[in-house]
Amino acid sequence: MSMSQEKLESFRRAFPPSRGVEEIPGQDIPTFQVERELLPELARRLKDDPDFDFKMLSDVCGVDWPERQARFDVVYHLYSLTHNHRLRLKVPVSEQDAVVPSVYGVWRAADWFEREVFDMFGVRFSGHPNLKRILCHPSFQGHALRKDYDPGQRWLLREGEQDEPSWAREVQEDEDHFETQVLNLGPSHPATHGTLRTVVRLDGEVITRAECEIGYLHRCFEKMSERHTWNQIIPYTDRLNYCSAMMNGVGYALAVEKLLGVEAPPRAQVIRVILSELSRIMDHIVCIGANLNDVGAMTPFLYVYQAREEIYSLLEACAGGRLTISYVRVGGLANDVPEGFEEAVRYLLRRIPPLVDDMERLITENRIFRQRTEGIGKLSAAEAVDWGWTGPCLRASGVPYDVRKTNPYLGYETYDFKVPIATTGDTYARYLVRVEEIRQSLKIVEQALKRLAPGPIITDNHHVALPPKEKVYTEMEALIWHFKLIMEGMKVPKGEVYGFTEGANGELGFYTISDGGGSPYRLHCRPPCFAVFQAYPHMLEGHMIADSIAILGSLNIIAGELDR
Amino acid sequence: MSEASVGKPMLPVAGKPPAGPRVSDGSNIFLTTKLDRLIDQARKNSLWPFPFGTACCAIEFMSTIMSHYDMSRFGAEVVRFSPRQSDLLIVAGTVTDKMAPVMVRIWEQMAEPKYVISMGACACTGGFYRAYHVVQGIDEFIPVDVYVPGCPPTPEALLQGLLRLQEMIAAGETHYQRMVAAARAKAKGAVS
Repeated sequence: MSMSQEKLESFRRAFPPSRGVEEIPGQDIPTFQVERELLPELARRLKDDPDFDFKMLSDVCGVDWPERQARFDVVYHLYSLTHNHRLRLKVPVSEQDAVVPSVYGVWRAADWFEREVFDMFGVRFSGHPNLKRILCHPSFQGHALRKDYDPGQRWLLREGEQDEPSWAREVQEDEDHFETQVLNLGPSHPATHGTLRTVVRLDGEVITRAECEIGYLHRCFEKMSERHTWNQIIPYTDRLNYCSAMMNGVGYALAVEKLLGVEAPPRAQVIRVILSELSRIMDHIVCIGANLNDVGAMTPFLYVYQAREEIYSLLEACAGGRLTISYVRVGGLANDVPEGFEEAVRYLLRRIPPLVDDMERLITENRIFRQRTEGIGKLSAAEAVDWGWTGPCLRASGVPYDVRKTNPYLGYETYDFKVPIATTGDTYARYLVRVEEIRQSLKIVEQALKRLAPGPIITDNHHVALPPKEKVYTEMEALIWHFKLIMEGMKVPKGEVYGFTEGANGELGFYTISDGGGSPYRLHCRPPCFAVFQAYPHMLEGHMIADSIAILGSLNIIAGELDR
Repeated sequence: MSEASVGKPMLPVAGKPPAGPRVSDGSNIFLTTKLDRLIDQARKNSLWPFPFGTACCAIEFMSTIMSHYDMSRFGAEVVRFSPRQSDLLIVAGTVTDKMAPVMVRIWEQMAEPKYVISMGACACTGGFYRAYHVVQGIDEFIPVDVYVPGCPPTPEALLQGLLRLQEMIAAGETHYQRMVAAARAKAKGAVS
């Protein structure tokens, strides 16, 4: 995962400290602090030099350090698909002169990530083509993730101040002197699941230009997490990608566990794998079903949704909730699975495949569906990587990047499964990849079930996990630990970590900074569909208006995760 | 039916059977009610919901209309995405300050009579998102008839909310009906 010594050495040679590149030792990923003047050159070199080959910009985020002279850090996470290594760059800027050169020209993935940093911290990016607020509305004053911003301070969106693209009011004529039309899709539109808005310019039925607006479900996850103890954040992570709530919790818990240096016991890990993979199936079912529904096929949704209901029943038995289950804890799980769990999972393993088969029989060779989706919304592998795509959408473009294989966690390296890819990168390919992933997930669940052995479900480290209730009532020490954990929360050692897992939509990252206190100093979520969705307006150009609906459904945009 | 029985379920009031031989064409069974009450009965059993789904609750709403829970059993399955065609606004999920004007616009576009169900903790009170971009309850902006608690509410809870709304419609207790009743009472007072 981290860069090999020789590559690091050649990086240090190319950018010595005399040029303003300072190495920060002792990090989970090689980390360098970079002067902002050097950033464009450095970025270009890191991307193009085959030694480094950082073709993917995973994440950009900001961090506020009010007591520092250079108040803000802009943090870049880079990833190289060929070498499978990562790099973190930090660019410090002061409040008075908070301008950083944009890297949009190097990685297009920077587009929305930089806008988010601007929105949340007020750091400007020179050379960015469309730098404006992205999550908060235009009437919003101040920058919400600055430490001195009061989290309760709201601003009402005033009439007439809604965001619109700069070109929306321009009058344009096509070559036949017909006026082109600007159409608003969303944020409440039958085919935009969740709250997304796309403004398109139409020449007849063909889209000539498009722009998306998001942030309609910006629920302040990152600000809220700074105000809660580490375990209290888990219910919030559930509501990021609410179609597969379990996986967010697992991703977050793994990041914190990395920082703490604890590991969940084997039984907890196996249960996490089983429920995560079942959640992945649920997520893919909703995505495929909604996509089909949008292009006019209602029946398959009714078939596969039954599978979802069956999985819900299992989750409800385990955790008490159906959708947002809050089942994970840092260091393990909230409670053990109920009696009959294995039998229930075996039932699901028998029940789901025929439902998926039914759907496949209706759809996979269906002429209408294929004509609606083949060749629609095509994105080449290089473009997809440039946009920061991950997950099934990237794999449909032919890049076999799956965190479960490249950086295994929870023992995924010991499971036998394949990473399905397609090569055409169109809407139909994304459908095929998801269907195959459902089958692979079932295979993983089957193997995991065999490994489910009795044992503890949460670590016995009393700095992290609550002691068992019977001990709390009988032993003084256990009572004290219980009290301290409840009142102050666990103390996570000072440091920072980028934890990433394979969510249903791709690389789900949690960039976590702890100052040693009971709650995170900064918790940034790298949502996979944020990167995917920023390519959407560019994919639309040249397509028909009806195709935009088919493409949108295939990208699986979950607003909770997109806007956080 | 007397004024006093408003609010109770409408029961057929059988008159004294007419003398002579019984006929089975239904002409000897009759029912008296106010026209308004009769229309309310019809309205409550054919609600057309507009799902204003923004977040997690929308997924549970989806479960509710799917075959497993099947909301059509209660006469409310005709989901319409056009506010002009629907009379029940189900706000399912968190509403942010950015989204609130959209919600208000949709509510305004709905033809009367219209009813609102607020589904889930976020729509009711802001839920556990007590922060800078989240509306702390949609009743800051639009009147709500039924609040369904839960995060997210189970489909059973939403169905119960729907049944409660139907009871309220039959009893004339919804926000819209009370508004109309108040306007009528005022007009009556002005005449006399």
